[in-house]
Amino acid sequence: MISVNYFLVLSAILFSIGVFGVLTRKNAIVVFMCVELMLNAVNLTFIALSRHLGNMDGQIFVFFVMAVAAAEAAVGLALMITFFRNRETLDIDDANTLKW
Amino acid sequence: MEILFFLFVAFVAVGSGIFVVTCKNPVNSAIALVNTFFCLATCYVLLDAPFMAAIQLIVYAGAIMVLIIFVIMLLNIGTVDVVKSSHAVAGGALMAVLIGIQALYMLNRGEVANLDGPMTESALREFGHTELLARSLFTEFLLPFEVTSILLLVAIVGAVVLAKREV
Repeated sequence: MISVNYFLVLSAILFSIGVFGVLTRKNAIVVFMCVELMLNAVNLTFIALSRHLGNMDGQIFVFFVMAVAAAEAAVGLALMITFFRNRETLDIDDANTLKW
Repeated sequence: MEILFFLFVAFVAVGSGIFVVTCKNPVNSAIALVNTFFCLATCYVLLDAPFMAAIQLIVYAGAIMVLIIFVIMLLNIGTVDVVKSSHAVAGGALMAVLIGIQALYMLNRGEVANLDGPMTESALREFGHTELLARSLFTEFLLPFEVTSILLLVAIVGAVVLAKREV
């Protein structure tokens, strides 16, 4: 049985990589994929701690996170298609209509 | 032996995670992300959660990534140079390192006692992971489960309304 700390460290590293991607990339789809990476890092934490504590609730949470991620993917990509149709680009710096 | 296998999987996961962030072409990022998902599914198997590994592969590596790659192909983004200015990269790196240090510190300092919940070694062996999960999902968490179906319905309707040219 591998210690839970290894999984938590892996999860923290993956989450930080995701944060870096969200903050530095300009392409909306790549930013979206980095958000998915962060969601998966959190899922790993949930499952590792669920196994460690012998409690099923964390894995139920992961189940719901996956359902929400699927819904988010459908709506987010539809938004991107609409944005691309209007602006001919996916650069998030061009999405500045509501910027003060 | 198990720990060596885990370290290998973790190394591949982190490496492909870095590829997701650094690749210029979004298609390469997407393929690297699929690789990360596979590594995470392997981790779930190591954590005695084979059902989660299966739906990780089916939902994430299957459904969501196909959707993302489909949109990349549909919009034909190609290899555009999409790196921000250097001070934005430095700021992003600083924030990522800070969050990483914070997470590592908190995770390694928090003393989590090894409690014995209902999911013990013997229960896993006797009933299997899927049955334990289902028992919890369809009794204690039945209402959230039903609400999730409404959420998915709303997402389907929303996606169609947003992406259609005229409704």
